[in-house]
Amino acid sequence: MKYFSFLTFNLLLFANGLLLPSNAHADDSNFAAGVAALNADGFDAKEAAIAKLAAIDHPRVIPVLKAMLAGDLSSRKEDDRIVIVADHPEGYRLTDVVSGEELGVAGKRDVSKVRINNSIRGLLRETIASLSLSNPDTKIRLAAAGELLGNLDVESAAEVRRYLDAEQHPRVRVAMQAALALVDLQSEDPHTVIGAVGVLRGNLHPQVRGALTRLGEHDDPEVRRHAAKALSSIQTKLDFYSFIETLFFGLSLGSILVLAAIGLAITFGVMKVINMAHGELIMLGAYTTYAIQQMFPNHIELSLLMAVPAAFVVSGLAGVAIERGVIRFLYGRPLETLLATFGISLILQQLVRTVVSAQNVTVVTPQWLSGSWQINPVLSLTYNRLYILIFALMVFAGLMALLRRTPMGLQMRAVSQNRAMAKAVGIRTEWVDALTFGLGSGIAGIAGVALSQLTNVGPNLGQAYIIDSFMVVVFGGVGNLWGTLVGGLTLGVGNKFLEPMSGAVLAKILWLVFIILFIQKRPRGLFPQKGRAAED
Amino acid sequence: MRGLKRLREFVRRDLSRDVAASAALDTSHGPILYLEGVTVSFDGFKALNDLNLYINDGELRCIIGPNGAGKTTMMDVITGKTRPDSGAVYFGQLIDLLKLSEPEIAEAGIGRKFQRPTVFESHSVFENLRLAMSANKAVWATLTAQLSGQQRDRIEEVLDIIGLVGEMHRNAGLLSHGQKQWLEIGMLLMQNPRLLLVDEPVAGMTLQETERTAELLTSLAGRHSVVVVEHDMEFVRSIAKTVTVLHEGRVLAEGSMADVQNNPEVVEVYLGE
Amino acid sequence: MRGGPITRFLLNDRGGTIMLSVLLAVAVLVPVLNLAVPADSPLHLSTYTVTLLGKYLCYALLALALDLVWGYCGILSLGHAAFFALGGYAMGMYLMRQIGSRGVYGHPELPDFMVFLNWQELPWYWLGFDMFWFALLMVIVVPGLLAFVFGWFAFRSRVTGVYLSIITQALTYALMLAFFRNEMGFGGNNGLTDFKDILGFSLQSDATRVGLFLASAIALAAAYLICRFIVTSKLGRVLIAIRDTEDRARFVGYRVENYKLWAFVVSAVLAGIAGALYVPQVGIINPGEFSPLNSIELVIWVAVGGRGTLYGAVAGALLVNYAKTYFTGAMPEAWLFALGALFVLVTLFLPRGIVGLLNRRRMKRQSGRHDAQTGAAHDDQHAEQSA
Repeated sequence: MKYFSFLTFNLLLFANGLLLPSNAHADDSNFAAGVAALNADGFDAKEAAIAKLAAIDHPRVIPVLKAMLAGDLSSRKEDDRIVIVADHPEGYRLTDVVSGEELGVAGKRDVSKVRINNSIRGLLRETIASLSLSNPDTKIRLAAAGELLGNLDVESAAEVRRYLDAEQHPRVRVAMQAALALVDLQSEDPHTVIGAVGVLRGNLHPQVRGALTRLGEHDDPEVRRHAAKALSSIQTKLDFYSFIETLFFGLSLGSILVLAAIGLAITFGVMKVINMAHGELIMLGAYTTYAIQQMFPNHIELSLLMAVPAAFVVSGLAGVAIERGVIRFLYGRPLETLLATFGISLILQQLVRTVVSAQNVTVVTPQWLSGSWQINPVLSLTYNRLYILIFALMVFAGLMALLRRTPMGLQMRAVSQNRAMAKAVGIRTEWVDALTFGLGSGIAGIAGVALSQLTNVGPNLGQAYIIDSFMVVVFGGVGNLWGTLVGGLTLGVGNKFLEPMSGAVLAKILWLVFIILFIQKRPRGLFPQKGRAAED
Repeated sequence: MRGLKRLREFVRRDLSRDVAASAALDTSHGPILYLEGVTVSFDGFKALNDLNLYINDGELRCIIGPNGAGKTTMMDVITGKTRPDSGAVYFGQLIDLLKLSEPEIAEAGIGRKFQRPTVFESHSVFENLRLAMSANKAVWATLTAQLSGQQRDRIEEVLDIIGLVGEMHRNAGLLSHGQKQWLEIGMLLMQNPRLLLVDEPVAGMTLQETERTAELLTSLAGRHSVVVVEHDMEFVRSIAKTVTVLHEGRVLAEGSMADVQNNPEVVEVYLGE
Repeated sequence: MRGGPITRFLLNDRGGTIMLSVLLAVAVLVPVLNLAVPADSPLHLSTYTVTLLGKYLCYALLALALDLVWGYCGILSLGHAAFFALGGYAMGMYLMRQIGSRGVYGHPELPDFMVFLNWQELPWYWLGFDMFWFALLMVIVVPGLLAFVFGWFAFRSRVTGVYLSIITQALTYALMLAFFRNEMGFGGNNGLTDFKDILGFSLQSDATRVGLFLASAIALAAAYLICRFIVTSKLGRVLIAIRDTEDRARFVGYRVENYKLWAFVVSAVLAGIAGALYVPQVGIINPGEFSPLNSIELVIWVAVGGRGTLYGAVAGALLVNYAKTYFTGAMPEAWLFALGALFVLVTLFLPRGIVGLLNRRRMKRQSGRHDAQTGAAHDDQHAEQSA
């Protein structure tokens, strides 16, 4: 489908040239009249009206033409006013064409559509494109130039070249040149083709790759050589970006592992307490997010921000309760602690099943977390993973600061290093134990908030993460938060690089086996604690 | 069957007894234990710093030194618990202790008593001695092992030496601190070692018990070589012929008790504390 | 202790003697009540119950296996279900091959799921499983070999305590993930099922069910005697010594890693046998058996009964499983609450299990009469005092 025909192009150039000097003031009444003419009887009249409207300098011209192209332009029966319609359960939601104001809801029968045919559609596309290419707003020009790629024929290409001559902005120029080069690939002249290949070198657009691949059958060997070279340079770039993408997925998985494990690194690493209910504390955090969303259905955008402290408190209190109620009687008996906390994890799971439901619940993703950041045609990073990666690093940094810089952190480290001495210098070790455990549990809750955005929230959520978390802590080296960070990220990245080769399940099995072997080689993990104290 | 046996030997070659058995203890040059240039560091802290120490066959040697001088680390190195960063440790002329595991070292003829008495608390005194007794300690042999009359006599003999005849059926966990110390020494005797390493044998003992321990250790010297690490100066004075002073991971002084006590450096280290 | 090698392990074993007598009585009564008593008599034992009891006996055998390593050697394995499941799969493969052309697709050689996956021929590791003796060999070899390889690495590098527990859990978890895969050739999700007969006897018939029940009872009794022999031998003493003071054992000259490895392998083989007896009775084996939850449930059986006493492990397995059957029938919601509470309460209040509790009371009663009983060979006493 070609957007431009020779004739309309000249017309438009002419119109734009005329209007350029006076484009400083917008004329609403003139524009309103032009819009009204769009609903003229007969398609010829409509075409004329479109051309006329295109000549008017008004910021709403492009939106209106786009609405017309989409078939959303209608006339309201009661006053023949032209409006833009959008679907609504009770009919249409109306927007004023001129001001963009909401006009309320109308029934489907209260409006009639401005009808268009294929010829008008073509004209609309061309008009929108050329208006966009000459628009003073660089963003609009850039978007329009990007649209050109693969949508030009030889004739319209000549017109684009004129825009190119007038264009100053380098990025818009590059986009236009790429679109033109794609047209030039079909040229008879091998030199033109080779020149175009040179321009397209490194372009990641799939159409470019397709066109270059087709050049592999070109008659001229020189062309074939250049095309092959350009393709391989594109392939190199593709490989690079797919590497970046895998790395990102790996870091994302790693950040989740770190989030899940970091609380455990505190309870297991610092306090030497095995908490098998850690996964369930994560689950509680995820359910807290769900509860917050249920309580404030009108503030979904803010729900996660509210859920973070709430989950910290809920899981943290649960942790303190577990520590005071059970674990403190079992200090120095790690295997018994393991069993007792496993029992607690069963109880918590069943509690959620009984109180909430055995089914998974739906946690809504706020707007700002959905979508993705499109870096180029082949690389896009989803916002939720990106934010969770950043969030994990923030939690880690915060925790480090807490342990290193606050009196509470000092006391925690003191108790973990020498309980008797800490007691002797007046630290209330019982309180420190409870608070440390609460802290680790609270962080598990925060991890649950993040996980609620990535996985299903159900009673078994914690089960899926407990073994992984232990692996991360053990791999990183017990008692070393840095080890947990490095271990988690390493495992995440390693896993994602393995996956394409072996499949997801096998990758997971392989890294479990790897860790099993690794622990046997280095029983104290990546970053072991050293010295005689570590022998005990 | 023969093939199977060979396979078993291959799979478990790490337990082959060659090292200990074939290299008979050669003490022809005098010393039974050589530590040369031994250095151990933990996170930059040098627990042992180029330590050189020789123990003669049949000698009773006392090792003293302030806290942190490296006494326990030295025992850890000799018994294979800690591997040094550098240095050589030989048992007799031929046996390189750094190549052996803890059980192999025990089998080669070195027994060790820990600082804190460590016995098998769920077992009776009798069982403790039985388990320590030198015997084939491979798994299958242990499964079918029967106590011979001779072995029983030996156990009873040691029970007599350590004065626990009346307690032989009590669980070791129920013994007093001093009795546990003796039981541990008794276990060393059952191993019939050439060299005994004894870490703080009289800690927590009454005066009488201390005296008896001194007698016991003195009587062992000659047939066995004995290395005693002790804080109790009176006790050291009562048993020692030769005393070695460790300080900051190396030998500060060596000689008779009188020599050592008059050594100005030693005095400074002890009084400077 | 003064008995000969044969008699010594039955002396001083009140709990064990009681257990074996009860087992003998049940082994006689069950076949009679099921086969000889007419179905309409109130004394008749349904085949369902026979199978249920048989299942319990397999669990008891599994608990015995775990107790050997945990109770006596201090190795808390959270992956014993893996050995159980591997034994079960080995038996399941034999039973699958016995189906022959009676499967849904009627293929003479390939099991249904392979036909379904469009496989053309039997994978090499399925060869030989049409022979009962080979399957039996594999029931022993496969779990034993896995335990050997795993333990070889683990014990040599002195991975102990919780670390060991966690990596055993990872082991069974990894195996579970692997067996879920269709490509593995073990039936994926659904596992192996639809068995028809064993050694030519139909699995549906009452007599076969009773036969399997008896086999389980015999296996349990034999395993009990073997374990009893082990723990009362000098080797058993060494295991306990290692459990309590690993360092001392090493400095006395025992190669601790070899002892642990030996016990671990023996235990894995027993677990594998339990699995092999279990599968024909329940009629299915699937990857769910590898689930870490199963392993840890098994730990609680032993903990409830009393670890460090063999009959305690057996009693614990029977008790907990009876409770499970009861709860899941009467109040399914409550079972996980009850199980969870059991974990917490037993570890807090009954560190030595029910046997420990009973012994303590018995000891109290006796302490007036027997002062310092010469209990060198008294297992339960050891267990008691190391608490």
